[in-house]
Amino acid sequence: MSSSSKNIISIKCLNKVYGSGFEALKSVNLDIHQGEVLALLGPNGAGKTTLISAICGIVRPSSGSITVDGHDIQRYFRVTRSLIGLVPQELTTDSFETVWNTVSFSRGLFGKEPNPNHIERVLRSLSLWDKKDNMLRTLSGGMKRRVLIAKALSHEPRILFLDEPTAGVDVSLRKDMWKIVENLKTQGVTIILTTHYIEEAEEIADRIGVINHGKLILIEEKDALMSKLGKKQLVLELTKRLDTIPSEFESLDLVLSEDQHLLTYTFDSASESHDISEFLIKIQGRNIQYKDLRTTQSSLEEIFVTLVQKAEGDTDEGIKAE
Amino acid sequence: MNIHGVIAIFNYEMARMKRTLIQSIVAPVVTTSLYFVVFGAAIGSRIQQVEGVSYGAFIVPGLIMLSLLTNSISNASFGIYFPKFSGTVYEMLSAPISAMEVVLGYVGAAAAKSVILAMIILATAGFFIDLEIRHPVLMLIFVFLTATSFSLFGFILGIWADNFEKLSVVPTLLITPLVFLGGSFYSTEMLPPIWQTVALMNPVLYLVSGLRWSFYEISEVNVFVSLSCIGVFTLLCLAVIAIIFRTGYRLRA
Ligand SMILES: Nc1ncnc2c1ncn2[C@@H]1O[C@H](COP(=O)(O)OP(=O)(O)OP(=O)(O)O)[C@@H](O)[C@H]1O
Ligand SMILES: [Mg+2]
Repeated sequence: MSSSSKNIISIKCLNKVYGSGFEALKSVNLDIHQGEVLALLGPNGAGKTTLISAICGIVRPSSGSITVDGHDIQRYFRVTRSLIGLVPQELTTDSFETVWNTVSFSRGLFGKEPNPNHIERVLRSLSLWDKKDNMLRTLSGGMKRRVLIAKALSHEPRILFLDEPTAGVDVSLRKDMWKIVENLKTQGVTIILTTHYIEEAEEIADRIGVINHGKLILIEEKDALMSKLGKKQLVLELTKRLDTIPSEFESLDLVLSEDQHLLTYTFDSASESHDISEFLIKIQGRNIQYKDLRTTQSSLEEIFVTLVQKAEGDTDEGIKAE
Repeated sequence: MNIHGVIAIFNYEMARMKRTLIQSIVAPVVTTSLYFVVFGAAIGSRIQQVEGVSYGAFIVPGLIMLSLLTNSISNASFGIYFPKFSGTVYEMLSAPISAMEVVLGYVGAAAAKSVILAMIILATAGFFIDLEIRHPVLMLIFVFLTATSFSLFGFILGIWADNFEKLSVVPTLLITPLVFLGGSFYSTEMLPPIWQTVALMNPVLYLVSGLRWSFYEISEVNVFVSLSCIGVFTLLCLAVIAIIFRTGYRLRA
């Protein structure tokens, strides 16, 4: 995804104060690129759903502007909303409707002429075809989730919001969901999803945004984020036991395993100063022999936890300073 | 104009009626028959005639009004209350559909249902008495306007209500008493003078009176007064709905 690509959604200085006086979003600025998969991460109550709801027109922004495909979402709500499909976080369905009716209803509601072929295609792609005449209340939670996706796709949106699509979903369905996202992406649909499963973001997202306490604290290309913030580990499997780590390596983050057979070197892959080959030469210079080596990279999850903790630390300091 | 959206809401609401076909159609037939057995046959055998029409025929417009008011209100209020309650309203709020189009869908369906019920009641009444309708077009206008305005009122009620109790309190504690006291089953001329004056403060009296005039050319108040009342009430409800949507009241956080 190049940064020169078109912004399909542009959010400027968005604030949301709920009736209760609670500030759920604080000057959020965000550009979402056409065709990308953007994952929004953040702890419970961070403001992810509020942000999505504001873009979709469910929550009224207190201030700031949101444009979708260049159109203001309030003034040109007919244009902007017909571009968007939303799969909400809560499993809300009309218990007594059939799958077919509820999905067809969604298409009509979004102003599209009936198209049974399209509805059939959507239901088939979500493995819901054989359930089309079932009442919603007879479906399992995972199937209801798919029905909500089918409803969102019924009107052929160009932007799809998935608010925690894989919450409470088993592994195989989660993998299915990833495939669906991938498929839509190849069709050029822009996808914004929230999730608490960080491996999910790692798996399918192009960019990652982190929200905490109503602020967008980070927005980055996933790969850049991983390499910039990621810690790497080099693990050496030693030929002979090592009694102690030589003092020469004191400044480095080296850990010797209890059985004295594994030596783990943790380094910041973003920092300029480290150099693995130099390290390995030094090791050999100390006559430490190894029979195998491997490197591992820290997961997004660790990055995320570090980030949120850091942000919390910052606000704590802010409070202390006052 | 999102015409597909309006049709989708309308059909969805009508489908609800089809699902509860027995309750929707058989219930009014049974209750209407009961009214005729109890009021028409038992009481009517003693009253004989009111203002020149048989008692059985006299109560037909009142029965229709009672059904129109309670059904319009409950259909429309439940129609919009339920998505709010279940959370499915998110879809409507995120759809490219204007407030007035949403109203058109819900209120249109609720009014259509009440009109159908009114016609079922009218047909049932035909089994018990000889029906005569002097001004059928005016009768239909009254039925249609009443169904529309009270469906609008029901829509407002459904948006205002945040629990099931509030939803049912208005129809049972306000509308039903007003209909019974509004000359549906008797002529106010049968009342002592003081109560005749009090009865004139009951808006439902104007509706029943107007509808009855379209049947038999007998009325408590001038038929044009009745028509204006219902017209003003419709405009009032529309104004309230416009304000509700402008402020996002109880729909958008
Ligand atoms: N209608 C509302 N009125 C008042 N406060 C609200 C409302 N909706 C949400 N909030 C508050 O706004 C904050 C953000 O909520 P939001 O649902 O956006 O969080 P989230 O990031 O989606 O969390 P989760 O991961 O739990 O879904 C929370 O503190 C929540 O209590
Ligand atoms: Mg949420």
